[in-house]
This record gives sequence, structure tokens and C-alpha cells, in this order.
Amino acid sequence: MAKPTTSLRTYALTRLALVLPMLWILLTLVFFMMRVAPGDPVTAALGGRLPEKELQERRHAAGYDKPLIVQYVDYLGDVARLNFGTTITDDRPVTDVIIENGSATLELTFWAMVVALSVGIGLGLVAGRLRDSGADVSIRMFGIVVYAMPAFFLGFLAQLLFGERLGWLPTSGRASPEVQFLLPTHTHLYLIDAIIYGDWATFKDVVLHLILPAATLGLIIAGVLIRLVRVNVLQTMKGDYIEAARARGIDEKSVVYRHAFKNALVPVVTVLGLQVALLMSGAVLTETTFNWPGIGFELVRYLNNRDYIAVQGIITFFALIVIFVSVLIDFVNAWIDPRVRY
Amino acid sequence: MSANGPVLDVRDLRVWYGSTRGAVRAVDGVSIQIRAGEVLGLVGESGCGKSTLGRGVMGLLPDGSAVDGQVLFQDTDLLKVSDRQLRRMRGPDIALIFQEPMTRLNPLMRIEDHFSETITAHEPKLSKAEVRRRSLEALGGMGIPPTRFRNYPHEFSGGMRQRIMIALALVLRPKLVIADEPTTALDVLVEAQILSILADLKRNFDTALLLITHNLGIVAEACDRVAVMYAGRIAEEGDARTVFSQPAHPYTRELLRSVISLNTTGLHYIPGAPPSLIDPPAACKFHPRCPDAMRVCAQLAPVEQRLSAGQRVECWLHGPGDRIPEGGREPLEQERIAVAEEA
Ligand SMILES: Nc1ncnc2c1ncn2[C@@H]1O[C@H](COP(=O)(O)OP(=O)(O)O)[C@@H](O)[C@H]1O
Ligand code: SF4
Ligand SMILES: [Mg+2]
Repeated sequence: MAKPTTSLRTYALTRLALVLPMLWILLTLVFFMMRVAPGDPVTAALGGRLPEKELQERRHAAGYDKPLIVQYVDYLGDVARLNFGTTITDDRPVTDVIIENGSATLELTFWAMVVALSVGIGLGLVAGRLRDSGADVSIRMFGIVVYAMPAFFLGFLAQLLFGERLGWLPTSGRASPEVQFLLPTHTHLYLIDAIIYGDWATFKDVVLHLILPAATLGLIIAGVLIRLVRVNVLQTMKGDYIEAARARGIDEKSVVYRHAFKNALVPVVTVLGLQVALLMSGAVLTETTFNWPGIGFELVRYLNNRDYIAVQGIITFFALIVIFVSVLIDFVNAWIDPRVRY
Repeated sequence: MSANGPVLDVRDLRVWYGSTRGAVRAVDGVSIQIRAGEVLGLVGESGCGKSTLGRGVMGLLPDGSAVDGQVLFQDTDLLKVSDRQLRRMRGPDIALIFQEPMTRLNPLMRIEDHFSETITAHEPKLSKAEVRRRSLEALGGMGIPPTRFRNYPHEFSGGMRQRIMIALALVLRPKLVIADEPTTALDVLVEAQILSILADLKRNFDTALLLITHNLGIVAEACDRVAVMYAGRIAEEGDARTVFSQPAHPYTRELLRSVISLNTTGLHYIPGAPPSLIDPPAACKFHPRCPDAMRVCAQLAPVEQRLSAGQRVECWLHGPGDRIPEGGREPLEQERIAVAEEA
């Protein structure tokens, strides 16, 4: 039977209440996963490089001599206060890593998403609309190729072509060393800092550095989107309400844009939410390939140095991001699709 | 167009669907006429091509189908006009009401937006207030209160959605309404409601109505004339009362028996099912299921005859006698056995 549409606010509150159990489960998973490896993090990172007495002190300071359950409760308490610990190998609060390197990742992923959405949705809509045409076939091929290619390989090809061969674009870092040295940091987002700084040469340098990594990561996600959007367009165009709209004499352009495309994009939002994992793993690989000093780049470095506190802190942060994005996606969904708000 | 000529005059319409197993001859030479203010019931078992006929008239056939014949709407052949002109006619001239109301409204659009989109598509110069006034009037006529105007489709029950779909079809005052099993998906109470709404239509606006259904009860109640469709052709067509009291075609008779027996002695049904329209039986397509089948029925396609009672019918029982070959009136042995086996 008919039910009244719940307001967006009620929906938002209900959805937010569900975040806590989800958060708890994820944090518990992270905590115990990090404890599966034998031995303690301090020994793993520094064992053999420091005298046993000092290792002992460090273990004590980090709480690794306490019972597991106490460590677990401490961990949850720390996360609640947004304290992700201090790295073992270079004594940096993980929060600093998140702010400084996380901003680099944010800048990269933001522009990658811009690329992914415009290329993925744009090409997907065209392919779905012009089904089985030459354009459709080429777009599908393109989607499969970029999706199937690992991020580091695509990045490597881009570096070879646009960096080595053509020499058009820089292939490493967020900016040229001298620019990076002179740029005052306000937001840690170089593009915005460059605008605040008001120097166009700097701005251009930052943009040029962004292009290859953002395009690499963006195209990989676009590969998923193209396929999905295309299939959804084909599916929606067969829909009953499309035929009904045509039967009322709505012109084909409105049928396609107002009825088909909008409905075809609804599931995309959800799938996009599920692709955060792809986005994050892609970011880690892209950052490593392009020496992009983001959080993924740091994660790989700390992993190589067996700094498990740093790794735990960063992964905890990733877990928070996953939850944040899933809530965000649900809100966006509720906003565009009235049926979601029950 | 002559003053009292038909609104819709379909002549020898044929529709094929492409399929992997060959062409489906879903409508195979159909001629029907409807006048203003008249309700023509189109009945037949499911799979006989009724919906295809309705869609063929609207030019709403899927890709991969082909059409032939004439669909004259007030003397304009809809099969010859441009896509653009046909689009302009859908809505203000001909409207289609579908069988399943649940999926026919865009789930992301408010009811209000469905109406304003439809009205402004055909009358772009209308003011917002006037669009609103007309929409609310059409909805009000279907018993949907103005307070529900800004709701979304999922907030309505099936019966209400069908009434909204009808309001949406009628808001442009079409001259011809094609209703394709408009009540099949709904319960009996709602069905009665919707039928009375459709009956009002013809009374108030002189609208012509093609009412597609497999429910003979509805035809008896609501229709002036009835056309019985079988395997892509019209088996019998005429005044509803005449056809019901003196069915001339064995298929009509069997259809009527299957309804009547529901109330009396258990279930009578016509043995077998409508044939595949890719490779239908030769000659009279009903002959494998017909209790009266004769030898001629499997050899030659029957010829349309007009009976003295007024209906037209395609069946060898009604002649013409001079076309039936010698011995053609002998019962068709083979089929008798097949039916007996099945029983
Ligand atoms: N899109 C289609 N493609 C191929 N065959 C179809 C299609 N739509 C209907 N048919 C076939 O055409 C015949 C008539 O279908 P339809 O017009 O829906 O009959 P009815 O409305 O009387 O049940 C059936 O055999 C059906 O299987
Ligand atoms: S033509 Fe023959 S088979 Fe066909 S309906 Fe008439 S009697 Fe039956
Ligand atoms: Mg049908």
C-alpha cells in the first residue's frame, strides 16, 4: 500500500545511527588483523637495531606489554579521539601523515574522480544511446582495456609516452622541487595553495604534475563506469515508463535525457560507493608509480620498513573513509531516488 | 473525413516481429473501424496479437518489427506520417493505457512532473497555472485528491496508479483511447471503478475507445461492438449483443462457453493453446482446436462473410459454399483423435 515519503532528515538520522555498529566492526577487524602477525610491532620494525633494553622501554611506552583486551580498548579510545598513534620508524604522529600526505591523496583522488565521472558517464551514455554503432564498439573496447590494465602499468605507459618520448608532462611528484620549496602551505592542497599564493607559473607547474597521475587513476575507474552506465542505459531504455512516455508524445530527446539517463545513473551512485576500495588500491599504486607523496605512497613505505603502528594508523583511517563514503553515497541516493527514503 | 465516418479505420494491418526462430506474424491482416463515442472490445486468448494491434496503431512497435497495411486516423495514414508528426498525435489524438500500472510511471518523477511534461510537450505556450489547473482537473476526475499531486509514484497503490495513468492519458482529451487490458492487474473492485470511468469517457467527450481484454464479462458490460481475435486475425466482429447471443465462429462460442461454465458446471476450457505465430497451422489457424473442423478447414483459409445478423466472420461453416471443394464438409478425422487424447 502507499506509504508517505519520509523526510530526508529522518532518513539521515536513521542512517547515521547505523554508522556506529559498522564502525565498531571495521575497527575490530583492523585491530585483530594487525595482531595476527607473530611478535610485536616494535621488534618487527627495530629489532636488532636497538639494544634490548630500549626496545623494552618502547614496547612499554606503546602499551604492547599490556593484555590484548586492554590494548583493544585503548585502541578504540584512541581512535575515538582521532589519535592514530605515532610511527615507530620516524616518530611522526600518524595524524600528521594523514594531514600532510592525505591532502596529496585528496587532491589526486578528487581530480581522478572528475576524470572518471566525466569520461565514464559521458562515454557510457554515448555507448548506450548508440548501441552497436562504431562509437559503441570502440568505447566498449576502450573501457575493457583501461579497466583490465593494472594502475602501475597504465601509469608506466603514460610516463613513457608523455614524459620520456614527448617530454610534455612531468612524471614524478606533486610539483617541481623549487616550486614545492617556495610554495607556502595553507591547505596542503597545492592547487588551492597556488591560487592563494597567486603565482600562475606555480599553478601551471602543479597542474602539469597532476595530469598524468589523475588521468591514470581516473581512467581505471572510468573503465568500470563505462560498462555499468552503458548497460544501465540499455536496460532503462527498455523500461515500461519509457514506452509510456513515448505513448504520451514526449519527444525523443526528453525521453532519453529526462527519463532514461537519470534513471540509468541511479545504480551508478551505489556502485561508485562500492568502488572506494578500487579507488584506494588504485591510489596506492598510482602514487607509488608517480612518486606522489600521498598517503598510499607512505603506506607502502611504512610497510617496507615494517612499521606496523604507522600501517595500523593509516588503515584505520582508510576504514573511516570507507564508512564516510558509504554514508555519503546513501545520502546522495536518497536525495535523487525518492524510493530509498523509507 | 465524412461527418460520421470512423475515427480509426485499420485496413489489412500486418505486423511482424523478428525473432531468432523466424518472423512472428503477430497481426496478420486485420481490418477494424471505430467511430466517435463507440467502444470496440477486442478479445481473444493471450498471445493472439491484441497488444501488438494496439501498439501497431500507435506506431509503438519495438526495433526489429515490420508493419504493412493502413492505419487511417481521421483519414491520415499513421504508417505514412513522419516520426515527428506521429509524436505530435500521440497524446492529443490517440492515447494508450497500459496493462501494468506499477511500472509505467517514472519512479524519479513526481506525479505533477508527469503531467506538466505531458501537457507542455503538446501545448508549450500554456501558463504554469493553467497546466496545473488542467492536471488537477484530470486527476480529480479520477478521484485523486490535489494533496497527492506532488507525491512520487511509489506512494500510490496499483489501482491509484492506474487511475493516474488514465488521467495522464485523458488530460489532453484524446479522440481515441486504446486501453490494453487496463484492469487485468487490478482487483475486482478497482476493475469496476475503472470500467465506469471509461464508460463516462464516451458519454462525456464522445471519445472512441478500443478496449483490449481477455475478459468477456467486461466486453458484455462495456462494449458496443466486439472483435474476436485469434492467431493474428479477426475471427468474428459485430454488435456485442449479437455476437454474444448468436456467436457465429466456433472460437467465439468456445470462449463464451468457458466463461459461462465458470458459474455452472465446472471449468470448460478450449483444449490446447493459441498456436505459435512463427509457424501457425495452415488454412484456418483454429482448425487443430476446433470441435467443428472439416476437411476444407485444413486445406483452404476461410473467406470473410457478412451474416444476416450483422456480424462478419471467417469460418467455413458460414460458406461460401461454392468455394468448398467436394467432400470438404466431411469432419476432419485426425484432429478429433488429437483432442480426445488430450482430454
Ligand atoms: N517484442 C516481441 N518480439 C517478438 N515476438 C513478440 C513480441 N511481442 C509479442 N510477441 C509475440 O507476438 C504474439 C502476439 O503477442 P501480443 O500482441 O502480446 O498478444 P496478446 O496481447 O493478445 O496477448 C505472441 O506470440 C508473442 O509471443
Ligand atoms: S473454418 Fe473450420 S476449423 Fe476454422 S473455425 Fe470454422 S469450422 Fe472451425
Ligand atoms: Mg497483451
